[in-house]
Amino acid sequence: MKVSLFVTCLVDQLWTSIGVSSVEVLRRVGCEVEFDQSQTCCAQPAFNTGYLKEARQVAQRFIEIYEASDAEAIVSPSGSCTAMVRHYPELFADDPKWLPRAQTIAARTHELSSFLIRVLKVEDVGASWTGKITWHDACHGLRDLNLKHEPRTLIRNVRGAEFVELEHADACCGFGGTFSVKYPEISVAILDQKIDAIERAGVQAVVSGDASCLMQIGGRLSRKGSKVRVMHLAELLAAGERK
Amino acid sequence: MNHLSSETFRENAKAALADTHLRGALKNATSLFGERRKEAAASLPNWEALRTQARAIKDEALSHLDRYLKEFVENAETRGAKVHHARDAAEANAIICNLAAEHRVRVIVKSKSMTTEETHLNAALEAAGMQVVETDLGEYIIQLADEPPSHIIAPAIHKTRGQIAELFTAELGMPPTDDIVQLTGTARTTLRDRFATADMGISGVNFAIAETGTIVIIENEGNIRLTTSLPRVHVAVMGIEKVIPRFADLDVFLKLLPRSGTGQRLTTYQSFITGTKRHASDEGPEELHVVLLDNGRSRMLAHPVTRQALACIRCGACLNACPVYQQIGGHAYGSVYPGPIGAVITPQLMGIEKTSQLPYASSLCGACRDVCPVKIDIPQLLLHLRAEISPRKGSIAERLAFKLWAKVMTRPALYKMSSVAGRILQRFVPISRAWINGRDLRPIESKSFHELWPI
Repeated sequence: MKVSLFVTCLVDQLWTSIGVSSVEVLRRVGCEVEFDQSQTCCAQPAFNTGYLKEARQVAQRFIEIYEASDAEAIVSPSGSCTAMVRHYPELFADDPKWLPRAQTIAARTHELSSFLIRVLKVEDVGASWTGKITWHDACHGLRDLNLKHEPRTLIRNVRGAEFVELEHADACCGFGGTFSVKYPEISVAILDQKIDAIERAGVQAVVSGDASCLMQIGGRLSRKGSKVRVMHLAELLAAGERK
Repeated sequence: MNHLSSETFRENAKAALADTHLRGALKNATSLFGERRKEAAASLPNWEALRTQARAIKDEALSHLDRYLKEFVENAETRGAKVHHARDAAEANAIICNLAAEHRVRVIVKSKSMTTEETHLNAALEAAGMQVVETDLGEYIIQLADEPPSHIIAPAIHKTRGQIAELFTAELGMPPTDDIVQLTGTARTTLRDRFATADMGISGVNFAIAETGTIVIIENEGNIRLTTSLPRVHVAVMGIEKVIPRFADLDVFLKLLPRSGTGQRLTTYQSFITGTKRHASDEGPEELHVVLLDNGRSRMLAHPVTRQALACIRCGACLNACPVYQQIGGHAYGSVYPGPIGAVITPQLMGIEKTSQLPYASSLCGACRDVCPVKIDIPQLLLHLRAEISPRKGSIAERLAFKLWAKVMTRPALYKMSSVAGRILQRFVPISRAWINGRDLRPIESKSFHELWPI
């Protein structure tokens, strides 16, 4: 299947290995991966901060880019950005010209784990990684896209990885985009609950489906000198690739 | 007095975060309520269907609110109640103060009511020379401490047992103890005396049934039963959104509300009050007055997005589930209604001028939406309010930043250029000092994914 990768601006600028890993995993399961060089952002920062005019401009650009692609699916290593694209029809609810286009693009866009399991029906991508590992449910993946079993199924099928459930895995990490900048003290107070749970879990790595949560969690873990590392699901699934 | 303003939300929140007593009390209480809610919801196999049904009933009531209110008023008055209409808080308070004066009331007992907190009724009655005694244990505690409630259903949730013991020693003169039985016993003895002497009882309303003119109030302590039956005059204060069409509709709400609020399958008391007593020799108040409060609700009703917030049944589940509330508690919001639903309702009831920070006090995680028994899409409402506030009240720097951001994000060449510029700039400019104070910031990659491609 031909898929078009929406890598997200965060991954593009701050965490390219997530993009590289996503491509590896998608190719391993038989996808042909294209990448449109004109892509930028899904518009979420403006949408979530209340700047709808700006959000619409960026969303229209996104729609135009992927309308030009004949790929069957748009795949993104982010539950949050995928959820944003799924919100596009709300953004254009009063715009008869853009609404159907927004709906079509929203329906074509999938988060990586959801694409593997729900679309391709692949539960084991042949990854291997040795160690004790846990999963943090990123809020938008969990609540907007209903991703609960998908990432866990994929992780459980990683050879060598011992999966443990995180206490309150579904609790927010406190990032929340501009929330973490507007109210950094509250953001870190929420984050510390997550950090405590991760430390109690006694794992080598905490995995999640969004670079934003991982930046938040990883930034605090490293500040506290923790040995636990953060890893994106794509990175875990690309680990120990079968030759 | 600990009455904070919404205008200083960020400072309030910082102070709350530094209060270890508060954070300990909040952690215990919100997680206990949260766990109990979860178990109670799981005890009903059709929880999701009930939520959908409850919302449908509320939507029906709200879309024909004028008709159902009229029906309620007619039926309540036929049974002997007197209904008053108040456009705003001042009108509601004036109506009640006048009633108290007419009936030569000196002592008033009150049961817990968020609506009278909203109108600041106690202050108005006290200014008119009345003695007002809160009879819900939590409300009684915060009245003694001269504080506003910090939670919709558990007003003293922010206090530890030790703090309450100190308060009772100071205010009620009881010997120091942190024994809960002795503490509640003292409160009970003091309150019983007030019930016996009060001339007027003021309560809130959980549901007002159009079909029968009945008001329904649920509770655990029995103080509402006493407040509404012992004094000569009973005044019930309700927001206009409390009306539901039929008696049979209660079935679904009485399943959802206690489970969502305290995790109970049923509260200890459910009071159904339909008009006044039928015969002079019956027990009960001589008069029942119902005050219907608008106070901004009609405005909320007019808009299809904001209307859904009027479906709220004030269970408090969204507060317990909210990661922000769990950390800072209710007082920091500086509003009568705190937490996610408070951040949505307050700006709409009070106007956005002084409350514009509240809709941003959320990570938009959506935990509130998951637990809401009437399926209010609180994140959607927060976004709706943000879209009203940001373009008008956002800082000039923020508005310009988003304009510039949109220009960059719609022009791939600009995007790539700014990516390179960012790499250079990051060596000199800290993006957000406050962010960096708590967390290490991940540096911008030396090559973007765009540059790595094709791989």
